[in-house]
Amino acid sequence: MSEPVAAYLHIPFCDRLCPYCDFAVVTGRGSDTDRYIDAVVSEILADRPAAPLRTVFIGGGTPSSIPASSIERLLGALSRQHGLADPEVTLESNPEHLAQDLVTSLASVGVNRLSMGAQSFDPVVLRALGRRHRPEDIDVGVAAARAAGMASVSLDLIFGHPAETDASWEATLERAIGLDVDHVSTYALTVERGTALSRSIAEGAPAPDDDVQADRYEVAVDRLGRAGFEHYEVSNHGRPGHRCDYNTEVWAGRPYLAYGLGAHGFRDGTRFRNVRAFDAYVTRVESGGSPRQGVDPIDPWEQEVDRFMIGLRIRDGVELGEAGPAFLDTDSGRRLVLRGILEVDGAMARVVDPLLTDAVAREVVGLSPPR
Amino acid sequence: MPTPTSRIRNFSIIAHIDHGKSTLADRLLERTGAVTEREMREQLLDSMDLERERGITIKAQAVRLTHRAADGQDYVLNLIDTPGHVDFSYEVSRSLAACEGAILLVDAAQGVQAQTLANAYLAIEAGLEIIPVLNKIDLPAADPDARAAEIVSILGGRPEDVLRVSAKTGAGIDELLERIVAEVPAPGGDPDAPLRALVFDSYFDAYRGVVCSIRVFDGVLCSGDVAHFMATAGTHEADEIGVLVPRPKQVSELGPGESGYLITGVKEIDRIRVGDTITHPRRRAETPLAGYAEPKPMVFSGLFPSDGDDFERLREALEKLRLNDASLVWEPETSRALGFGFRVGFLGLLHMEIVRERLEREYDLDLVATAPSVAYRVTTTAGEVREVRSPQDLPPVDERTSLQEPYVKAMVLVPSEFTGTIMELLQQRRGEMDGMHYLTEDRVELTYHVPLAEIVFDFFDTLKSRTRGFASFDYEPADYRESDLVKVDVLLAGDPVDAFSTITHRDKAYEYGRAMAQKLRELIPRQLFDIAIQAAIGSRIIARETVKAQRKDVTAKCYGGDITRKKKLLAKQKEGKKRMKMVGSVEVPQEAFVAALRVDDAS
Ligand SMILES: Nc1nc2c(ncn2[C@@H]2O[C@H](COP(=O)(O)OP(=O)(O)OP(=O)(O)O)[C@@H](O)[C@H]2O)c(=O)[nH]1
Ligand code: SF4
Ligand SMILES: [Mg+2]
Repeated sequence: MSEPVAAYLHIPFCDRLCPYCDFAVVTGRGSDTDRYIDAVVSEILADRPAAPLRTVFIGGGTPSSIPASSIERLLGALSRQHGLADPEVTLESNPEHLAQDLVTSLASVGVNRLSMGAQSFDPVVLRALGRRHRPEDIDVGVAAARAAGMASVSLDLIFGHPAETDASWEATLERAIGLDVDHVSTYALTVERGTALSRSIAEGAPAPDDDVQADRYEVAVDRLGRAGFEHYEVSNHGRPGHRCDYNTEVWAGRPYLAYGLGAHGFRDGTRFRNVRAFDAYVTRVESGGSPRQGVDPIDPWEQEVDRFMIGLRIRDGVELGEAGPAFLDTDSGRRLVLRGILEVDGAMARVVDPLLTDAVAREVVGLSPPR
Repeated sequence: MPTPTSRIRNFSIIAHIDHGKSTLADRLLERTGAVTEREMREQLLDSMDLERERGITIKAQAVRLTHRAADGQDYVLNLIDTPGHVDFSYEVSRSLAACEGAILLVDAAQGVQAQTLANAYLAIEAGLEIIPVLNKIDLPAADPDARAAEIVSILGGRPEDVLRVSAKTGAGIDELLERIVAEVPAPGGDPDAPLRALVFDSYFDAYRGVVCSIRVFDGVLCSGDVAHFMATAGTHEADEIGVLVPRPKQVSELGPGESGYLITGVKEIDRIRVGDTITHPRRRAETPLAGYAEPKPMVFSGLFPSDGDDFERLREALEKLRLNDASLVWEPETSRALGFGFRVGFLGLLHMEIVRERLEREYDLDLVATAPSVAYRVTTTAGEVREVRSPQDLPPVDERTSLQEPYVKAMVLVPSEFTGTIMELLQQRRGEMDGMHYLTEDRVELTYHVPLAEIVFDFFDTLKSRTRGFASFDYEPADYRESDLVKVDVLLAGDPVDAFSTITHRDKAYEYGRAMAQKLRELIPRQLFDIAIQAAIGSRIIARETVKAQRKDVTAKCYGGDITRKKKLLAKQKEGKKRMKMVGSVEVPQEAFVAALRVDDAS
């Protein structure tokens, strides 16, 4: 088994909880930043050294809400423990934080790919999503990133909120394209259990509509494609040379490290996840214990099935490998090919309409090994 | 020494559903000291789990009490608590055959209801002495004077002779015990005559095999005797005889007028027939006692295991259930849509629901039930008369010369202000009025001749809602009549789905087809392609709907690397889909198969 060359770092701090969010997040704990960073650094330094890292993803929460010096410490720890091989370093950010000096400092400590939670350029939609920034903040952030010399700038967009209209979504896409960013992720608004959004829907607020979301999705693929973006994963579009390396590693089914509360990783054939609660995470690490909440050893066949299943999200297709033929030999596999939902070309399989990816993935989970 | 007949009283408690029979039995058990205070629980004789959960009696239950009467003598009282629901009315008939008297219990708030009348008529026909009793006089809504007048109008007699009790508070119970001793005739019977004992019930005990409930009419049955069953011609040794007090208590003999149980070592319930007469093989009785007809199933539904591998388990489970429920009948059925299963006959929808629930719960089966149907009578062009219990089996129009459907005699009891409503409803249900009879000034009894298929499925709910709950209803089988019936088929993606076919009256076929197609459109989830739903009579399409193809089936994010969670979610969704039936290329949820049952809710 190869050693991971990718690492995920989780920064859980947010100014406020967005109504649709079900990530591992804490609010109002800014004063605990140093304690948390100490803990993550300790977690990194206690880990078994892997190969020099080629990609690091700092996600959250809102990593742009903590000082660049904290990011520097984290990257330093990764460098000491595993070594860094000129990695892509992505940092997720909220537009309202992106003053020029912060972005410049982030660049100077090694961040070279800035991902922005832009979500929309329509103030009505931003408000409906419970976001605090204004559309202009996104323009400012992108300019700051460019000025700081970020190698890649990416925007996250959320579509399909009932407050959004076709026109508003198209305008958002045009603004994003107009900003000449390198990468755009477009996410359909998803109602997760236990969120404020799901509660308000239960109380009668309108829910996102699948057909509307399908239309908007297709509009996004079309507009971004025409603007020169490659649609390389279900929700991701990049200009040539700007695909996200970190995600590419994960989607290829290769191992990756993960640190911080609620983080998930995959190493030595084992999937693991850390405790999600802030205090539990910090105290466990401080007392020299393991922050793991679960470890899940995956046998080689299941790893192969996972690789195939996750790879279905890749628009270039996924290598058939061993799982592919086994799947194509099942009733459901045959039926999906027959109906033209799954396409096989040489050694690759591809979901023809990305909107139906889960219809295929669902049939793949639990696939038995060939006899 | 058997108890002298002069000191035996045999009676049933009969009433409309929920009028308090089982609760009254509790009070009688308590007052006669049959159970201690510690052993007492509500509706003690409802011993099946399902009876307790639903709060209704399903199976009649006999118990022997000892009561010291005002005359200072000890009397043996054999009490039978009966079910009130129409599906189980055959249990009432059986129970009455073992008695000389009946307590006709009437809720003092609700008054006389349809099953009160039906059961009263059964008791009168059986020649029983009836003690009319008003129950629940503790209720604020009780109106005993008016209710007593209603009872007098059916039974005759004087209003002051209608006893007033509360099975809840115990008021009037002592008086009732005295009335039982005074008014229920002592059983006749000659202890020296050849033995004649009636098998009035049977049940299966996992350890003891078949246990018969018997009532001795003539002669004496002793433990160890050889018992000859006259109808089945079986001869079995009486391993144990006893009485239920309510615990089983062994006795050495049962004489005329006495009731009890008999265990013979027979393990197969089919070898004992309820209604049979037991005698001694050496000294046979000349004529058997009047038995009774086996209950006839009224509705038939296909039961299919969701998992085809469970077919044998379903068969075994049905066989086991039959040990305690001789009314259950079935035959194998094959459906293109649902695979191998059974066409099962039931006494009514409640019976069907109960059987299904027991199969699923006690035998851990996951079942798909098809819409129930009645049994039609078909004459083929070859002159053969056939019973058709499933729409699938209906011969095509050109292969039959006659198609008849079962009719029932239905009785509806309502406050007279609803007379018009009932007439309208029964007209829609193709009923013909037989008679109208004022029970009192403001309560009317309407009798109708109506197709069973029109009243057995959703009629009761409709009746209740149209009369604000005031109507009650009872029916009994009548005859078969020729009707203009058609078979409505349902096609999914162009293929007929046998399990959705229905036989209905031509005038209702169009509406039925439309409602069914709409219902299925709501129930069938969107899939990867458009699904056409059509209803047809022969080759003529009468309704059409489409389930549009699903366009989006993908999660936006891969859960920030939480692949385990993603897999679990997909696996769970896949499991959910497994609960659907693949019909051709279409996934159909199991609820869809009973949808037809509720299609005409609105009518
Ligand atoms: N207030 C009051 N409630 C009563 C009385 N007798 C029975 N009940 C209630 O009426 C309901 C029905 O009583 P059951 O004894 O189960 O009636 P049942 O006639 O045996 O019913 P089935 O066996 O289903 O026909 C229960 O909730 C009893 O508690 C009474 O005298 N007064
Ligand atoms: S900023 Fe992002 S991580 Fe924080 S609450 Fe909002 S959606 Fe969740
Ligand atoms: Mg009862």
